[in-house]
Amino acid sequence: MGFISSFKNSLGAWIKSIFKKKRAKIGIYGPPNAGKTTLAKRIVHDWSGDDDFGNVSHIPHETRRAMRKEGVVINANGSSIELDIVDTPGMATKIDFKEFMAFGLSEAESKKRAKEATEGVIEAIKWLDDLDGVLLVMDSTEDPYTQVNVTVIGNMEARKLPLLIVANKMDLPNASPARIKAAFPQHAMVQISALEGSNIDDLYTAIAANFG
Amino acid sequence: MDLISGEKLEKMTSMEKIRLILDKVKTGRIVVLESGLTPDEEVRLIEMTMTEIRVDEFSGIEIESYPSKKEGSFFDKIFGRSIKGRMTVIGPANQIRTIEKDKYQISTKVSVGD
Repeated sequence: MGFISSFKNSLGAWIKSIFKKKRAKIGIYGPPNAGKTTLAKRIVHDWSGDDDFGNVSHIPHETRRAMRKEGVVINANGSSIELDIVDTPGMATKIDFKEFMAFGLSEAESKKRAKEATEGVIEAIKWLDDLDGVLLVMDSTEDPYTQVNVTVIGNMEARKLPLLIVANKMDLPNASPARIKAAFPQHAMVQISALEGSNIDDLYTAIAANFG
Repeated sequence: MDLISGEKLEKMTSMEKIRLILDKVKTGRIVVLESGLTPDEEVRLIEMTMTEIRVDEFSGIEIESYPSKKEGSFFDKIFGRSIKGRMTVIGPANQIRTIEKDKYQISTKVSVGD
């Protein structure tokens, strides 16, 4: 029995090495409304068929609690990687409840959302200590030199953890992924539309290459 | 506006720097740090800021620093030196606004009074 058990383990390890299957816990980071949850939903849908992962809204800080989906297996370029995907709340340095009132929320709702959003930012920061890599989602129509982007990139560089920049919203007419590449040339970048799914296969190939 | 020298910052612990910055910013001062903060200190400052946000009193900070340099020098790698922070501007979110920022320049607009 010992021999059979040992043989099974060796065979399992050999098969695993052949297919390069690895596991990584990946955080999806970025400023509010960059499309983090839209991207997380697409990845989870494409590779696990689950359609109930997170809510999307045009109001900032819709995601105020980190959400994790375990065991999402991505196959790309002949290799396979198993991901734990953590969709984090939007990172910000300021949160003013009045900004939510501009979206039609009542004062009480806005204050509640602002309070929850501050807690969400703290939660996103705490997750940085427990990840193997980060997908940093940027809105291609916005200036990439935001402090959130600079801080997340600085932290990943200091921790020597892999980072993949996702230039999102390339379906919009004023999108400029080139501006993001020029701002952070030292990091791999993939331009996609998480909403429409364009270039999404390039993203999966890059995920397998960077985190596998 | 307070310009804090790199020499002073070097002698302070991370928590002392964060406390100093937040205490000044919460009273409406703009703080310029000659040598900036480390990436970890930046993220801890954001975390601490979130715990201190109060409705109608303090809505957070505006913080601007340059992206880190591409790579440390050969000697930085040999001696395991960490990535150093770069000049950083921090102020109350309701008083300072970034106009433009790139790798080499940060332009901000500062509002004085209401």
